[in-house]
Amino acid sequence: MIVDIGIVAVKAFLVLFMVLNLAGILGWIERKGSALIQDRIGANRASVLGFAGMGLVNTLVADPLKFLTKEDFVPSQGDKFLHTLAPCMALFTALVTFAVIPFGDILVLGERVINLQVANLNIGILYVFAIGSLGVYGIVIGAWASNNKFSLLGGVRGSAQMISYEVAMGLSVIGILMVFGTLELQEIARGQGTLIRDMLPESAGFLKSTIGWLPAWGIFLQPLAFLLFFTAAVAETKRIPFDLPEGESELVAGYHVEYSGGKFLMFFAGEFAEIVTAAGLMTTLFFGGWQVPYLMRDGFHFPWGETVLLPHLAVTALQVAAFTLKVIFFCWLQILLRWSVPRFRYDQVMRLGWKMLLPLALLNVIVTAIVIIALQ
Amino acid sequence: MDASAILFYVISALLVLASLMVVFLRNVVHCALALVVALFLIAILFVMLHAPMVGVLQVLVYAGAIMVLFLFVIMFLNPTASEPRPKLWWGFGSLAALLLAASLAALLSNGGAPADPVAATEIFGSPETLAKSLFTDFVLPFEITSVLLLVAIIGAVVLAKREP
Repeated sequence: MIVDIGIVAVKAFLVLFMVLNLAGILGWIERKGSALIQDRIGANRASVLGFAGMGLVNTLVADPLKFLTKEDFVPSQGDKFLHTLAPCMALFTALVTFAVIPFGDILVLGERVINLQVANLNIGILYVFAIGSLGVYGIVIGAWASNNKFSLLGGVRGSAQMISYEVAMGLSVIGILMVFGTLELQEIARGQGTLIRDMLPESAGFLKSTIGWLPAWGIFLQPLAFLLFFTAAVAETKRIPFDLPEGESELVAGYHVEYSGGKFLMFFAGEFAEIVTAAGLMTTLFFGGWQVPYLMRDGFHFPWGETVLLPHLAVTALQVAAFTLKVIFFCWLQILLRWSVPRFRYDQVMRLGWKMLLPLALLNVIVTAIVIIALQ
Repeated sequence: MDASAILFYVISALLVLASLMVVFLRNVVHCALALVVALFLIAILFVMLHAPMVGVLQVLVYAGAIMVLFLFVIMFLNPTASEPRPKLWWGFGSLAALLLAASLAALLSNGGAPADPVAATEIFGSPETLAKSLFTDFVLPFEITSVLLLVAIIGAVVLAKREP
């Protein structure tokens, strides 16, 4: 009993440690990356004893210290309690989603089989959406408690945008759920370990011989769903091109205008944690999660018949490493996107969400259902 | 008392507290947020009753979508001073309270709720069980409800788009 609780605690600590540190590193990558894109040098002021070479480490320590030593400002006419609660909610909802995302298959230590996932819920993906739908409170409460018209406008924009894109996001995943027949993220990740030719019936000989060698990853089975999910996920993180709730040139900084110091840091870290979570979801749903192509529990089984056996620990290490690399790739992709495209107008955001993503997601569900029935 | 009973009483106490806050707090935004807390606690009760699906849907739909729209409207209208309540509300309120008291009295005089009204097993509230009964035994009520909701949506759009 105590050992079980200890294992869950260690897993939760590891996941939180990874997400928070990745969020901090992303903050640095964002500044350096934007500088690279805009032909600047970027963050190079944080030096310890004249040693600026370790920019990443210095910035990781210097940035939070700078925020924490600044004045914590609360508007005098605002709501003090809710003003403090809002950034906590924003960070909390961004962090706990990762609990159901599996970062590996199983780890066998002696007699014990450890499922490399913090919480194995049989409603997995619904938990993600439920927590995600609570994320909007962070910005709405923060915006209202600041007693500032700019922040209120940002909060109202944010709530409308997040509710709109939640619908498209939820519907885009339905196709994946239909293909793998489960709501559990660990089962979805396991389901992507087979090859496409093993999923097809005998009658589909042509498909078997052409694309049968591909692993049954979500991106190959549901390419449209991935595009929809990616767009909706970027909109949910409230970053350019969907940063209407902040919109510096229109609303100064939107819902966090009146935030400074540690509370602003929490909003800031929450945004980056959301990027990491979105990347984790994209990886798990569409890119095989922790799967390495052709790597089974006992080693590689290539489609041309070759087999390379590996010890269990090596397999597990490869899987966790693959998951981490995929997550980092999608974080990088989101940051690249943020510095590559301009902001949408508000009516464009709404039109994209309701008139393009939603019908396409519904179409994807119908087509997936027809194909599944036709292949049975 | 086992651990789940203690958890039940703690959550129920918090739930009653949150519900009282919904009614008695002066600021409308605070009332709405107390309602969110209450809905979240009800979701926890559902999860404890082996119905995680209903619990999560409670959070997803009520706390995550409907209450956000409530807050949206409250923030736009920003009601500062609480208006005096019409006399009629007292009548409705008393009637509802009487009905609730009568049903509670009837229930308690029968010796309270049965110990285990539904055989709550692990799969009792799972998505599979829920979907099976929803799409086989209760498919007609389910479809009628969806049509009703569709009518409501169309009605709302027609009202909103009406020429002034």
